[in-house]
Amino acid sequence: MKKLLLTAVTTSALTLASLFSVSAQAADYKIDTEGAHAFVQFKIQHLGYSWLLGRFNTFDGGFSYDDAAPEKSAIEIVIETASLDSNHAERDKHLKGADFLNVKKFPKAAFKSTGFEVKDDNNAVVTGTFMLHGVKKTISFPVSKIGEGKDPWGGYRAGFEGKTTLKLADYGITYNLGPASANVEIHLYVEGIRK
Amino acid sequence: MVKNSKTSYGWMAIVLHWLMAIGIFFLFGLGLYMVELTYYDEWYRGSLELHKSLGLVLLLVWIGRVVWRWSNTNPAMVGTPVEKKAAHVVHLFLYFLMFALMVTGYLISTADGRGIVVFELFEIPAMSISFENQEDIAGDIHWAIAWSLMLMVALHSLAAIKHQLINKDGTLMKMIRPKASQ
Repeated sequence: MKKLLLTAVTTSALTLASLFSVSAQAADYKIDTEGAHAFVQFKIQHLGYSWLLGRFNTFDGGFSYDDAAPEKSAIEIVIETASLDSNHAERDKHLKGADFLNVKKFPKAAFKSTGFEVKDDNNAVVTGTFMLHGVKKTISFPVSKIGEGKDPWGGYRAGFEGKTTLKLADYGITYNLGPASANVEIHLYVEGIRK
Repeated sequence: MVKNSKTSYGWMAIVLHWLMAIGIFFLFGLGLYMVELTYYDEWYRGSLELHKSLGLVLLLVWIGRVVWRWSNTNPAMVGTPVEKKAAHVVHLFLYFLMFALMVTGYLISTADGRGIVVFELFEIPAMSISFENQEDIAGDIHWAIAWSLMLMVALHSLAAIKHQLINKDGTLMKMIRPKASQ
């Protein structure tokens, strides 16, 4: 009898706990591109002497994040390659042209996660498929949570950042920018509004 | 002799015509060449600076030429009515394409609000308005117009040579040196 009671209590507690975590978490977020609280930036060495920074102005996507089960997180983002902006029209034209991104032929770049490996409360390594210049590759890179909570206007937000380094030649972009500029860093900063 | 007469062009029109002809051929070749230069070529930047500077100088020459043409007599055309009509249409196309070529070139480089510095002497400012992906759209049009202009130049040159050599009516010579006025 005592054992049965214990089992019943444990079961209800577990049920309650799982109910609680489901109701309070497992949220889907839309990346706040509307309010421009999200950025896809790139950074590449210029001649080995300094950095060149640019960004993609148009992209869309969302993520799901559960504080209690962060390993179930997922993110998907689609970038309009023609929205490249390095603050210099002549350079942008070149970067969007056939020597580099060839945006007429490859108008979209995209990342879709396939797994999250949680490191600690705020850090994880995301793995997923990245498509750029028509080439799909599986990549992994660290992401971290900046914060989450209510915003002042009645919504709920969470923000993350991630950074990865790509070898341009891996994606079939072989224009010679010099030995220091074979790789490009991609910095992703996303703030999501809970749906 | 500086101004046009009823029978031939004057020196001003002749010089303007050939200056633009040489300039446009040069810019066409330079344009095709410079886009093939790679990042580590010494002339990678210089070629574009020259192309932009010379292009805008030609725009100024174009304006002067159009003003000169419409404020001056023009020598009478020779040929059949169809030939005259065709020549006139090709002339209009040539003027229009030259202008559109220079304007689209200007729109590429000024899409981000930067002006164009002409031979390090003065700067033509960008317009305060721009449209999305202006550098790409203007670039595509610039390329198409450049080739269209070359096609028109070919028609124009072939017609002039045909009149000079086959009809022997002195059409080409009108653009080489002025005839003594009558």
